[in-house]
Amino acid sequence: MWTFFYKMSSGRSFYQLSGRFIPFFALASMLLFAYGLVGGLWLAPPDFQQGDAFRIIYIHVPSAFLSLMIFSVMTFCAVLSLVWRIKMADLILQVSCPLGAWFTALALATGSIWGKPMWGTYWVWDARLTSELILLFIYFGVIVLSHTIPEERTAAKASAILTLVGFVDIPIIHFSVNWWNTLHQGDTLKIFSKSTIAPSMLHPLLAMIGAFAFFYGWMCLSRARSLCLLKDKRARWVEELVKSW
Amino acid sequence: MVSHFEQFLAMGGYAKYVWSAYGLGVIVIIGNGIYTARIKRDAIAKLKRRYRT
Amino acid sequence: MSRFTLAAGALCQRELLLLWRHKTNVLQPLIFYLIVMTLFPLALGHSAKLLARIAPGVAWVAALLSMLLSLENLFAKDHQDGSLEILLLSPQPLPALVLVKIFTHWLVTGLPIVLLTPLMALLMGMPDVSWHYLMLGLLLGTPSLSLVGAIGSALTVGLSSSGVLIALLMLPLYIPVLIFGSGLVVTAAAGLPVAGILAILGALLCLCIALAPLACGFALRVACQ
Repeated sequence: MWTFFYKMSSGRSFYQLSGRFIPFFALASMLLFAYGLVGGLWLAPPDFQQGDAFRIIYIHVPSAFLSLMIFSVMTFCAVLSLVWRIKMADLILQVSCPLGAWFTALALATGSIWGKPMWGTYWVWDARLTSELILLFIYFGVIVLSHTIPEERTAAKASAILTLVGFVDIPIIHFSVNWWNTLHQGDTLKIFSKSTIAPSMLHPLLAMIGAFAFFYGWMCLSRARSLCLLKDKRARWVEELVKSW
Repeated sequence: MVSHFEQFLAMGGYAKYVWSAYGLGVIVIIGNGIYTARIKRDAIAKLKRRYRT
Repeated sequence: MSRFTLAAGALCQRELLLLWRHKTNVLQPLIFYLIVMTLFPLALGHSAKLLARIAPGVAWVAALLSMLLSLENLFAKDHQDGSLEILLLSPQPLPALVLVKIFTHWLVTGLPIVLLTPLMALLMGMPDVSWHYLMLGLLLGTPSLSLVGAIGSALTVGLSSSGVLIALLMLPLYIPVLIFGSGLVVTAAAGLPVAGILAILGALLCLCIALAPLACGFALRVACQ
């Protein structure tokens, strides 16, 4: 386990290993997308309450899941980077951040599109929507910070620290927003009133979550590989590799 | 068959919402895919220029 | 006296002396707080009922913004004149020294805002219960704001014009304090028990005291490498 992480501090072994993962991630994501889309849009029966509008779930829930998963990945990388100084963790953190922001924005946008037919309005100050919006702001903060600091290493460390601070704060924010929402009890809106979900609806959902997660892995590794080449541009292995193409 | 397909597109009256949500999803997925490819292309072009000189 | 108490005392004295010599810098956030509070009745109308209802929220938002405004200078000046590096080289634990620094900063920015509450209550026509709890909430909440904001200040030290950046990084993290701080007043005004909310504000403060100086110290070391 530890030798694996130490190996990952070398650009070359990261480049080679991630190259082996990418085709697998790409294939898995494509297959799951295919099954999830067909299953979700075509095979799953309309919901008895929401009709066909519930099909937005197959975009909304996976992107909301990714928005949290990517932040966890970033936190893990921040720890690796700050404690064990593994350079590749900085790269993963750096490329994950915009991806996370995109999926958070997608979750918000699809959530509000879903809200219109269900709640009659695009936005409600629902606890979950509000927390998600704040999460988007935190993503923005990390992106802006890493782009504003001119020195590369300092920028990486600073965004790692901010990620950790954000990670500690996210549960607190979620808790406080929940509390705030019950304090200012508005119109009671429930979207998931039923507790069980039919397998024909659930399986495509799980497939879509998998598809989104593999897509993120694919994009993240692929971008990190490109940055890794640029970072190690003085190394011999990069020169030989580029010349061989 | 055509009516089946039209029914599918209509999404039980929620076509506007369902398809715009899926449209946004496709835009984000494809857009990020294209951007990843561009990052790779730019990096390789930059490195090739560097080693040529 | 232990060496640490001596060092902390000296640092505290130095900070306060510096702040005393730059009185206008200290007054700026306070005046800003007063002006922001004045803007709301001008923008929303001066119906007494409305003002009393929005006053706690407005006071919290204004306090939050004026604390942010003063954070830009927390470490930046020391970084410019090199005394920050001396602080980093000190044999005393850095987080503890940072905590002393943040505390003096709070003494001149947060505490005056707390003490201004009765004046605000007068201007906004707040009922007695409300402003008592507003003051208590600010007393417990503003140190947390200083501590969390100091992380932003430490992360952006060495960058020119970091004011907006600090706001961007730190405002999302201020949300829990804002929610519970203004929620405290609303709950108290409704006559409901408030012990739980006070406990939460206290817990947030404890968490900030424990973790924020560590993060600050780490960020400062990274920035000054």
